[in-house]
Order: sequence, then C-alpha cells, then structure tokens
Amino acid sequence: MENNGSLPPKPERLKQKRIRNLVIAVILLVIYIWAFSGVIRAMDWSMLQKLDENIRQVLPKLFSPDLTEWRKVFDKILETIFIAYAGTLIAAILAVPFGFWAAKNMVKSPVWNTMGKWFLILDRTFPELILAIIFVISVGPGAFAGVLTIGLTAFGMLGKLYAEVIESIDMKVVEAMEANGANKIQILFYGIMPQVLPEFLSFALYRFEIDIRASTILGLVGAGGIGTLILITAQNRNWPQLGFIIISIVVVVIAIDYISGKLRKRLV
Amino acid sequence: MQSTQHHISIYPRGMKMRVTLTLVMVALFYFFSLHKTESDFIEFFSNLDVVFMKLLSMFPPNWDYIPHAIGPLIETIQIAIVATTFSVIICIPLSLLSANTIVKNQYVYYFFRNLLNLMRTIPDILLATLFVSLFGVGILPGILALTVFSLGILAKLLSETIETIDPRQLEAIQSTGGNLLQVIWYGVVPQVLPQFISYGLYVFELNVRASLVLGFVGAGGIGSIIDTQLNFLQYKNVMAILILLLAAVIFIETVSNFLRRRVV
Amino acid sequence: MITFKDVSLVYPNGTQGLKHVNVTIDEGEFVVIVGLSGAGKSTFIRSINRMVTPTYGELYVDGENVIQLQGKELRKLRTKVGMIFQNYNLVNRSSVMKNTISGRLGHTGTLRSILNLYSKKDRALAYENLKRVNIEEYVYQRADQLSGGQQQRVSIARVLTQEPKIILADEPVASLDPPTSHQVMKYLKKINQEDHITTIVNLHFIDMAMEYADRIIGMRDGEIVFDGPASEVTEKTFEEIYNRPIREHDLRGSE
Repeated sequence: MENNGSLPPKPERLKQKRIRNLVIAVILLVIYIWAFSGVIRAMDWSMLQKLDENIRQVLPKLFSPDLTEWRKVFDKILETIFIAYAGTLIAAILAVPFGFWAAKNMVKSPVWNTMGKWFLILDRTFPELILAIIFVISVGPGAFAGVLTIGLTAFGMLGKLYAEVIESIDMKVVEAMEANGANKIQILFYGIMPQVLPEFLSFALYRFEIDIRASTILGLVGAGGIGTLILITAQNRNWPQLGFIIISIVVVVIAIDYISGKLRKRLV
Repeated sequence: MQSTQHHISIYPRGMKMRVTLTLVMVALFYFFSLHKTESDFIEFFSNLDVVFMKLLSMFPPNWDYIPHAIGPLIETIQIAIVATTFSVIICIPLSLLSANTIVKNQYVYYFFRNLLNLMRTIPDILLATLFVSLFGVGILPGILALTVFSLGILAKLLSETIETIDPRQLEAIQSTGGNLLQVIWYGVVPQVLPQFISYGLYVFELNVRASLVLGFVGAGGIGSIIDTQLNFLQYKNVMAILILLLAAVIFIETVSNFLRRRVV
Repeated sequence: MITFKDVSLVYPNGTQGLKHVNVTIDEGEFVVIVGLSGAGKSTFIRSINRMVTPTYGELYVDGENVIQLQGKELRKLRTKVGMIFQNYNLVNRSSVMKNTISGRLGHTGTLRSILNLYSKKDRALAYENLKRVNIEEYVYQRADQLSGGQQQRVSIARVLTQEPKIILADEPVASLDPPTSHQVMKYLKKINQEDHITTIVNLHFIDMAMEYADRIIGMRDGEIVFDGPASEVTEKTFEEIYNRPIREHDLRGSE
C-alpha cells in the first residue's frame, strides 16, 4: 500500500456542525446541572439511614399479604374496572364523529378539518388528574367524576387514532359507491364503516388497557376507584394489606391485558 | 328455488347472532357499570346549571397564589428530568438484553421480556406508594417511581426498535472481526439513535404528567400543594395551580414535539 | 491457502448446506463459485470466515483449522478474511468514511473505536481505498444516499481497509444492473491482481464467471460437481453443473 497516503479533506460544514453540537451540549449540560443540583438540594439524605430499618420492617410485611379485608379491596378494584369500562365506552362512541371531523379525506374544508384536529389536541393536553380535580369539584366526589375524567381523556386519544385510521382507508370503494348513486349515509355504513370498524374496536380495547391503569390514580382526588384505598392503606402503614392490593392490581391488569390482547389479535 | 320464500340475509346467520350477542353484552355491562359508578347522565344534564355554578367556584383563579406554586413546579420538572435520565441510561442494557436480534439465548431473552412486561403492569401510583413506604416521604421515592415507570415503557419501545433493525448491517460489522461492543456501536447505534432520542423525549413528557401524581402520596412535586389546597377547599388557588401546570405541560410538550420532529 | 477436508454442514432445521466438500484454494487465486440458488455457494464461502459453522470435517484457513474457533480467535480470523455482500450491508445512516473505517474494527481497541480515535495511518488507509474504487468524492455522504453500485464500491473499500488476505464476495452483483456489475467485478479483479489477495466470488451469471474467473468451481446440492480453470469451461459445462439447459437469465449480458 502507498505509505503516507493522503488524509481525507475536512468536511466542508465541519465547523458549523461543531458549533451546533457544542451549543446543544452546553444547553443540555446547563439543564442537567440545574435539575440535579435542585434535586440533590431537595433530597432528604437522612432517609437513607432509615432505609435499612424500613426495608427490614416493611418488605416482609408486604410479602405476607393480608386477605382479611378482601371484600373491600375487591369492591374497589371492581369499581376501578367499571369506571374504566364506562369511561372508555363513552369515549369510544363519542370519538367516532370527532374522528371523522379530524380526518383529512372526510372533510372538504381544510380550516374546518384543522379545527377538529386542534380540538382533539386540546383535549389530550389535559392530564387526567387535572380533569379529575375539575370534575370532582363540579359534580362532587365519587366514581361518576372518575367516569367523566376517563371518558374525556380517552376521547382525545381515540379521536386522533380513529382519524388516522379513516385517513388510511381505500377511497376507491367510496368512489365506486358514489358512482352507484349511494347517498352519504349509505356510503358511511356500507363503504367506510366496514373498513374502519375492526381497527376502531382494537384501539378502544387498547385504550381500555390504559384506562385500567389510569383509573387507579383517580382516587387520589376523590374520583373513585382503588386509589383512595391505596392512599389510606399506606397512610395507616398497613403493609400486609398494601401487599395484597398490589398483587390484586397486578393480577387484574395482567388478566385484562391478556384478554384484550387476544381479542385485538382476532379483530385485526 | 325455495330460497325465494326465505328471507335472504347479506351476512351469514351465525355471524349476525354473534355480533348481536356481543353488542348486547357490551351494552348490558355498560349500563351495569354506569349503575355501579352511580353515573346518572340524565341527572347530570338536568342539573347542568348546578354543575356550572360549582365549576364557577374555581373562578376567577387566585393569581396571587402562583408564586407559591413555582417552587413545587420546578421541583416536579427536576424530578422528571432526573428520572428520565436514569431510565434512559438503564434502558440501554435492558433493551439490548430483550431484543432477539442481539440476544440469541431464548431463556435470557424471555426473562428480560417478561421483566419489562411486569414492570409496565404496575401503575405509577402503586410504584410511588411502594417507594414512599420504603424510603419515607421525600423526592427520592418520586424519582425512583418515575424511573421504574418510564423504564418499562422506554425499554419496551427501544427493544422493539432494535428488533426491527437490518441484521445484514450487523453481519457486515461482524465479518470485519468487530467484537460485540463494536458491533453494537457501529451497527446498532446508528440505526436506532434517532428513535432512541425521540422515545427519550416522549418518556420525558409522560414523566412530567405522571409526576403530578407523586405529591399526593408524599413523593415530592406539585401534587402535594394541590392536595393541601383541595383539602382546604381553596378552589380558586387550585385553579391557579392547574392553569400554571397546564401552561408548563403545553410548553414542555411543544418544545419536545419540535425536537422529536427534527431528529426523526 | 484454504483447504476444505471432507467438510459437511447441516443447518439446525435439517437442511444440508455442504456435503463432504474437499477442495484447496491457493494464495492469490481468483475463484468463482457457480451454481443455482440453494446449491450451497453461500454456505461454502460463509464457512471460510465462520459466519456459519460446518458440522463435520476440517477447514484450514492460513494453516489453521477454523471450525473450533471462538471469541477472540474467531474475530482474528475474520480480520484476515474480508467479506462483500449482495446487499452491500453498509450501515445506512453512517457516512461513507465511517463505513470504510469500520474495516479497522478488528485491529482497533474497543474504546478507541467507540471514541472514533483512529490513527492517522488508518484514516489515510481508508481514504486511499476509497480513492482506489473512485468514490472518494462522497467521503462524508450518508451511505444510503449513494446508488447501489456506489454502495458496493464503498463496501469494497471497507474490505480493503481491513487489509485482508482473503476476500469473499457473496453474490456481489446480483442487485446491480449489467454495466455496474461489470464495473464491480473489474475492481475485484484489479485488486486481486495488484495485491495478490485470494478472492472467492459467488455468481450465478455464467458469462461473468467465464470472463473474470481464473478458476471455476461448480456446486449443486451442497456438493462440488465441477472444478477447473476457466479456460476449460464451456456452456456445456454449465449445463452439467446446473443440470438443465442454459436460460437467458443465467446471463448478465455485456456492458
């Protein structure tokens, strides 16, 4: 091989790229120093000394679950499931018209269509807990506030997903029906719905899985479900019961994920 | 033939039955759920004025309370950043171990797959409660809870991406005599880096939202002052906090979305 | 020098890749392996750098039986044997330079390679090799922005940067059009002649095999059914190897 071969020329935009990377690195560094220094200052280091004792005291109790109050736990878990179910179903139905509104190929006017999209984005920005607080204040504490919360948060995501499904359908079928002289409603039920329905259902089931998890936090602000019980149990340092709650929730979540996953596979 | 006398269905009979039955069951369970959760929509809509009045009790928000909420909000964001950082770092080995393009041993692969699945079944509130019970009240349990919570999601997303990479590109690096680390660095990293950054930002958004929950169980952040103000029925203060929080969430998600679009 | 001594390979699913293969390839030879797809050509050359592992027999590369090699020893073998693939197998999102320098991985420490700390000599070597295949103007382009022929030339540069004793090419022109195919084969041939690197190429195009090979080995069903200098090969030989008449798609066509 030729000894002392020439080196490649420096890339043209090397300097520009280096400056850009340097700026990014500096910004990241500043953010990290800010975040970590804040966290370290706020940290209560003395808790680490108690950690050893806590682990010895708490862990064994967590692993010896107490079933004496199983009825209460079961009731609350069932309530969580009911909240998730009712909320998801409301959202799944409500999201259909909004999905059509936000789908590019269904709405002629781009302004109108963009408004639909924005409406759904607006809905998705609200964290569950914020909505839950607002509903608890306006309709009073209880599972109904939870249902409304889940319905409204799931609706934004399902609307967006539905719109994407509608945008991906085969428009030739619709054209053929228009050529047949079918009216709008007929086209909707014979041309569009059969194409999108399985995926709509699949997304609704998927959202149900998420909502089961989401419903567990509603109780923190009094919107029903198991959350309140978790809070009280932990405050009373009733570790054996907390252990039981954890196991029950994990089992329920796994079971629902499994069934829902099976159903989704059959649908699509 | 005889069929002229029969009603001819467009759908097979069995299917029609199954669909109807499913719909009836879905509807029944729905009404049962509404009953159980005491969801009375008729009452809700007929008393809409009362609902509206109660809603108005949150307005106008007490803007004077905002300065008290800034400190906890900053703490919340810092917790989310630190937790996201930890989970981004830990997820790298974890997702490599649960990707079948890298790990050929079936037992190792399924062990880590199932570990990730198990991690994702535990809701964030339980993780926070669990860590508070072990560490006591403070931000450390909050950081740990969010780390574990986002780790499950992030490692799952990343390992799925690693499973879809082009194995031929790895083969080429192997054929030059590169060792495992070199194969990962030269073959895997360039293929997944943009998605990895995007997932990291996405999980950061999730963490900001989830960090709200922490304060309610004593794991730090803005949740604790919301809890207090709620208990004191200071709804105008609550509203001020919620608006501040919403503004922060929108700001963070806008920036994060902008960055995500640029990397992919 | 490469020697196959009664080498057989059975895949885990029961497919027999190689059946009692006995053959010796001398240093500096340009050998073309021909055969239909599924004849075992790919298994044959992938055995040499142990991308697959023969299940029986002895396989000597550079005087060493490679069948038992593992870990570090295996990687050392692979640094000596460069490989070119049908689909180029470049890392798409990396630059041409980064792809080329990855040929040095086997010679570079892990930490140095991760931090991109290649010696001046290595970088110069990579660039010289890009020049040899006339692709140096794209040195900082992303690999997936190049055409197929250009990508295959980058992969030749990558192999050269490895400074191998043997080059294996697995259907290097199957994804290319006729003019680019000839270009790639010419580069391989030129490198073989100038650097005396033993080169083994899998091809299923008869005319290309006859044009570029010094020696042709024919395979069918995992066995070697022909082995001789290219000058002795006629279309009839191929009909015997393929066990059927020659068809048009067995020919690549001229430039």
